[in-house]
Amino acid sequence: MRLAIRDLDVRFGDRQVVGIDELSLDPGEIVGLAGESGSGKSMTTLAVLGLTHTVGATVRGSITLDGTELTSLSQRDLREVRGRRIAAIFQSPSMSFNPVFRVGSVVHGALRLHGMTRGQAAEAASQAMRQVLLSPSLLDRYPLQLSGGQLQRVAIAIALALRAEVLLADEPTSALDVTVQAEVLELIRDLREREGMSVLFISHDLAVVAELCDRVAIMRNGRIVEQGPASTVLSAPKHSYTADLLAAVPRISSAGTT
Amino acid sequence: MTTEPLLDIADLVVRFGPVRAVDGVSLQLPPGPYGLALVGESGSGKTTIGRAALRLVTAVGGTIRFEGKIITGLRGRALKNYRRAAQIVFQDPDNSLDPRMRVGASIAEALAAHRIATGRQARDRAGALLAEVGLDPAFVARYPHQLSGGQRQRVAIARALSVQPRLLVLDEPTSALDVRAQAAILRLIGELRTQRSLSYLLITHNFGIVSELCEQTAVLYLGRVAESGPTGVLLDRPAHPYTRALRSAVPELGAHTRRARVILPGEPPDATKPPPGCVFHPRCPLAIDRCRTEVPVLRAVGPGRMAACHRAEEVLAEAAPATSGTEAGAPGAATLSASPGAVPASTAGDNPPGSTSAAPER
Repeated sequence: MRLAIRDLDVRFGDRQVVGIDELSLDPGEIVGLAGESGSGKSMTTLAVLGLTHTVGATVRGSITLDGTELTSLSQRDLREVRGRRIAAIFQSPSMSFNPVFRVGSVVHGALRLHGMTRGQAAEAASQAMRQVLLSPSLLDRYPLQLSGGQLQRVAIAIALALRAEVLLADEPTSALDVTVQAEVLELIRDLREREGMSVLFISHDLAVVAELCDRVAIMRNGRIVEQGPASTVLSAPKHSYTADLLAAVPRISSAGTT
Repeated sequence: MTTEPLLDIADLVVRFGPVRAVDGVSLQLPPGPYGLALVGESGSGKTTIGRAALRLVTAVGGTIRFEGKIITGLRGRALKNYRRAAQIVFQDPDNSLDPRMRVGASIAEALAAHRIATGRQARDRAGALLAEVGLDPAFVARYPHQLSGGQRQRVAIARALSVQPRLLVLDEPTSALDVRAQAAILRLIGELRTQRSLSYLLITHNFGIVSELCEQTAVLYLGRVAESGPTGVLLDRPAHPYTRALRSAVPELGAHTRRARVILPGEPPDATKPPPGCVFHPRCPLAIDRCRTEVPVLRAVGPGRMAACHRAEEVLAEAAPATSGTEAGAPGAATLSASPGAVPASTAGDNPPGSTSAAPER
């Protein structure tokens, strides 16, 4: 087991926003964490990244990466893990890039922060850009000169260059066009195949989860109401909430059958 | 379409600086209940067409007729009357509702602006409108932040309906919402279209939401219509490779309905420098030399169907076996997935031929 979450309890003061008994991620596995706004999906991401204090929440419980307990690490040690071993991409890739810096300087900065020399960072950045099917020349541009899909690929390229073991993908395609979404999903699938990266894929879109994920956990009000193999949970849901979510997914093939 | 169209857009051109955001688009919308979907990626011009139809942006070419009258030159009182007849619902209700106004006041404001009702009468009407969109009439006293995203979108719809429009532009009305809220709003639109005999343009990037609400669909690419036709047949048997790619990119539940995915290389081109020939050719898996030089005209390719593609007949012919439940090796799937980066389908057991029915029932 690569990433294991046990008895995770995230609170704002007295109010519990996440209460997860058990959620784990094997090497090379893509696990979907699905639910609606406010279900606690993103707070779970922040907890794994050790960033809950930035929003004023407190965490109890256990989060381990290859057996190492993350919740008791100092912020300094966490910095080694965050970005390097556990990478994250978010819904709005433009928020991950400072608009006044060239894309390349953001990428190089991330790589150098994790110990690469200037030369190594430049080399690794170019190589990672090619891996996500982008021209390394885009590194010379400003974030606004790239499309949302391109920026999301650059964010993934950073994770690749650092050889992250776990990718936390928080609604990474919700802001993208469907054609671009298809490419990003394909890229994530590819990273798993080639790099053995484990992915925690957070999404409200069950159709995307069905397509991409090996396993899925359905979250509601901070709790996981159901989890299991994606094909089972999404075809024969046990929990009525899962069934409700599934019923709400628009179906193209129902054209004209009403 | 024997009756006069409610909205008749002919050769519409809208420019933003050097960009031809809409480049010669013609569309007709019959009187309600009727839905026309405008589908395309960012930058396809779908939103601009909707805004031009409401005179929110200025057309530099072409004509827009509403109930037979050209609306592009309307001014003053006549323009105000038109704005009462044609309303819009935006993607993000947070930006269309004043956060400092109670919901009832927001709706009453629309009623007062068009001198339909004022004061107490307007507030009563606001309550009745909230009930019509499935909200508690007591919500008139709430502020937008006290409502969920789905509830706010219902308020935005109630406000648009308050002036009894004949035309509604729905600009991505559900894409900011959770899936259950989205389903509920789509149901509401379906109910209102019958009760109010609404005619609407539904602007979306998501094919998933058009099949039940729109009789006709126009697929847009870089400011032009790539393909248009009855929604059902257009989705089942696309005539344009772009429609086919867009359709295949939509994730669907149930692997057995998954089609061969056509991954489009790259992104829509720079709209300030559209490519020569067919604007889609740099990303098209079927592009031939002719596509690089000769602009395809939008032409009839079937009953009620138009496509702007030199190879539309081949695309249609390829689509035929794919809808008859053949395996992934069907000629169509094989040809199209031959493009680099395309993923072969695990299974291609598609819809039975009988499912190619057209528009939703009226």
